[in-house]
Amino acid sequence: MSTAASPAKAGHSGAEGTDAGTTVIQDSTCTFCGCVCDDIDITVKDNHIVDAKRACVLGKAWFYNHHADDRPSCLIEGRPASVAEGVERAARILTEAKYPIIYGLSDTTSEAQRVAVGIGDTIGGTVDTTTSVCHGPSGMAFQDVGEVTCTLGEVANRGDLIIFWGGNPAESHPRHFSKYSLMPKGMFVPNGRKDRTAVGVDVRKTKTAKAMDLFFQIKPRSDFEALWTLRALAKGIDIDPEQVKNDTGIELSRWQDLMVRMKAAKFGVILFGMGLTMTRGKHLNSEALLCLVRDMNAFTRFVAKPMRGHGNVTGADNVVTWQTGYPFGVNMSRGYPRFNPGEYTTSDTLARREADAALLIACDPMANFSQPAREWLKSIPYIALDPKDTPTTRSATVAFTTATYGINTPGTVYRMDDVPIYLRPAFPSSHPSDFDVLSAIQRRVAELKT
Amino acid sequence: MTSGYFKIAGGTVYDPLHGIDGERRDIWIRDGKIVEPPSDPEVRSDRTLDASGLVVMPGGVDMHCHIAGPKVNSARKMRPEDKRKGEKVVRRAGTRSGTVGSVPSTFATGYKYAGLGYTTAFDAAIPPLAARHVHEEFEDTPCLDKGFFVLMGNNHYVMQSIQRNEPERMRSFIAWLLGAAKGFTPKLVNPGGVEVWKQLPSGNVHGLDETVANFGVTPRQIIEQVARAVDELSLPHSVHIHCNNLGMPGNWHTTLETMKTLGDARGHLSHIQFHSYGGGEADETTFNSKAPPLVEYVNTHPNLTVDVGQVLFGETTTMTADGPLGYYLSNAFKSKWFSSDTEMESGCGIAPIEYKNTSLVHSLQWAIGLEWYLLAADPWRVVMSTDHPNGGSFLAYPQIIQLLMDRTYREDMLKQVHPAVLERSTLGGLSREYSLYEICIITRSGPAKILGLKNKGHLAPGADADITIYTPNDDKTRMFELPRAVIKSGVVIVDQGEIREPLTGKLLYVSPEYDTGIESDIAEWFEKYYSIRFRNYQVPLDYLHEAEEVPC
Repeated sequence: MSTAASPAKAGHSGAEGTDAGTTVIQDSTCTFCGCVCDDIDITVKDNHIVDAKRACVLGKAWFYNHHADDRPSCLIEGRPASVAEGVERAARILTEAKYPIIYGLSDTTSEAQRVAVGIGDTIGGTVDTTTSVCHGPSGMAFQDVGEVTCTLGEVANRGDLIIFWGGNPAESHPRHFSKYSLMPKGMFVPNGRKDRTAVGVDVRKTKTAKAMDLFFQIKPRSDFEALWTLRALAKGIDIDPEQVKNDTGIELSRWQDLMVRMKAAKFGVILFGMGLTMTRGKHLNSEALLCLVRDMNAFTRFVAKPMRGHGNVTGADNVVTWQTGYPFGVNMSRGYPRFNPGEYTTSDTLARREADAALLIACDPMANFSQPAREWLKSIPYIALDPKDTPTTRSATVAFTTATYGINTPGTVYRMDDVPIYLRPAFPSSHPSDFDVLSAIQRRVAELKT
Repeated sequence: MTSGYFKIAGGTVYDPLHGIDGERRDIWIRDGKIVEPPSDPEVRSDRTLDASGLVVMPGGVDMHCHIAGPKVNSARKMRPEDKRKGEKVVRRAGTRSGTVGSVPSTFATGYKYAGLGYTTAFDAAIPPLAARHVHEEFEDTPCLDKGFFVLMGNNHYVMQSIQRNEPERMRSFIAWLLGAAKGFTPKLVNPGGVEVWKQLPSGNVHGLDETVANFGVTPRQIIEQVARAVDELSLPHSVHIHCNNLGMPGNWHTTLETMKTLGDARGHLSHIQFHSYGGGEADETTFNSKAPPLVEYVNTHPNLTVDVGQVLFGETTTMTADGPLGYYLSNAFKSKWFSSDTEMESGCGIAPIEYKNTSLVHSLQWAIGLEWYLLAADPWRVVMSTDHPNGGSFLAYPQIIQLLMDRTYREDMLKQVHPAVLERSTLGGLSREYSLYEICIITRSGPAKILGLKNKGHLAPGADADITIYTPNDDKTRMFELPRAVIKSGVVIVDQGEIREPLTGKLLYVSPEYDTGIESDIAEWFEKYYSIRFRNYQVPLDYLHEAEEVPC
């Protein structure tokens, strides 16, 4: 099978020479958030990162706090075991299950993701990613109406009206402003921030709001109404000012002013977060936003982009899609892929007590799923892969401690705008990579299935 | 003791490159290649496939399709409905499951191509910023050798070099970029027009001499200079062109001008059917075929090659690097719309559509494609394609073969389309029927030659042992949709429709030489405008799965 050989098996590190026991890796990539900044110069001394030039506060924490965990690489029911024993146990759990699920995947390389989907195929399991609990609704909206979007370099070079809707990038994606969306001096916005109007729309005044020229503090749960107000204004439809004020908490005149600015912009951008996708309306909110952006292209150029959180959640969407045809929530129990969010998404298969075994990769459902889902997960055998000790690894039947992607392992990640970026690891880990562990499980699962 | 030989014995062989037209022959294979028969008559093959009474051809070569990368994958994401009701590929021991529809998943793409006897395919439009994505998908697309064309018709560095009248710099950049992405040849898609689309609402260029704002260049300059650079670099394939004004009534003028602009330079005009329309400016009521004058021009200019981009009736998904075209189509069909602009490089548009035989426009598109095949004097320069999935899926290739080989079948179908086709095209008067020899040319030997692949498309010693064996049948659809066996690199990968050994296949790329002194200039420009680092852009050799450099 094709995944036996990874294109990224040969790492090309960017080590630039050593001085007094330190190594500098230039243009290394931070995988902490969906910005996937690939301009970090890392200084390594004695397998510790002592400097991470250009990294933001989150990135610095990501790099500085990284140390090879001195836990065993494998624990079976809490007791140290060899990786080979763990692989054998994992393969048996997965092949003996009737409804095995695979979940997580957004914080690992696409090479590892490809193997994980292959395991799902072999065992006739369900493959789902953390997309189903973040921008899954945006993915569904995409399927309904499409999306008008671009790579982040287009925003940096052309964007002159930037709207942040339902997100707080100042704290969740700290370099987004400086690297992509607000500050860069781009080809058609040579004065950087001075050439841009920044607009925030959110239910609360976050740190992001302070960086905006205009801020719309809308009523909670009124994103859909606010977006349709703008759609109506774009098309010149008369709407009732009182209803608008009541529905959105904002005067119609302010929305009208915003629409004038939107039409006057040369290249408008709406960057939207989970404030839109995980509140009342969910995929209908995302759909309203994508439709508004599409409508705006009758007047000027306008694009939209979901602000993806995890370092390679976009890669997970891509890999699951190219191998199965669907982006997340994919069931292969009939021998071919079927897609149905709500039915095959992990929080649902667990809360409904359907799944009877799980393979969890780089995710922590024990920390953030609903209580019924957590309780059920705790009651079934499951395998967890994670570089860190987490509530999920603690309750796992088989827990693998794996090397951290980007810091210890090479591979490919996809930035939030689908741009693939290669990783230059800083130093090796004593633990195996997700790719190695999953490949071993895949080989054993394939043997047991024949 | 094993000899290492595999023999295909006694088949009726078609190898047009060597003038072999249905002769009974043996073919010897060793180490994945076609070889001379062993000189010692005592040497036996380890395995012999009795092909008596069967048709033996080189493996099919699709030189223009959309099968990998961000555009194709966005189409997969956007269209669950297309797959839900479509055929399913079920997991078997040794093979993966998948979905089909108009945009199959990766493994399904490989299996389905191989199932039709195709062993090589080129993706026609890749933004180099996404090259790694393509290499990853290619590794998951088995059974095929693969390559891709690199989008350059709206590349800022290319346009700036033209504006500054620095052809050497542009040539070096093209060579560098092909090597950086591990691509195959420059692709021009609506040259200049996509940059205007990025700048203005519904922006586009409408003729070869309109100036692209902020860059001061015209589509004509881009076509002329990139074509010349490709020839100077002696790339195996020519520049690959998707002309301006695709799909617009009256666009044949633009197409003819593009051909003339090429002068003596080599040029491949892709999905030419979509560029052969007469009629008033954006006026569908006057829509008609202008294939005959364009065919005539190509017939008399041996530097030009085309693939057809045949339209088939039914639902499909249009996908293009021609951003403004995607917008136009989504508005025309009132469909969902995906658009994505890639910084410094390209655009992308996707819209689902349905071609209906009750529609005059669609019926004419169908007829114009067939006119191209049937009027072309030299089958070596007209290649079968649907521009998959734009005109229809590659799965329709057997049906196209029957339309070309079986006049009665074609005339029956002509009776079912919009009647005005008979007045507005020449199809009704065309009686030509393709021979198997000619089919072999337009589906494998011709495209391999046009691509400059010396080891593909023929069956002489030295060729890759990519071979398809068909059971003769008067029903040509049946014959070509279910080969008896498909051999890839000397291995039987398909046996009577069943996938046996899904080899990964290799990447075919070029690595032309250039003045490396230019790299610092490229790096400076790159760091100023791109959102990733220059060093992280280039795809090194160790990133690739199996790969073969095609010499320039």
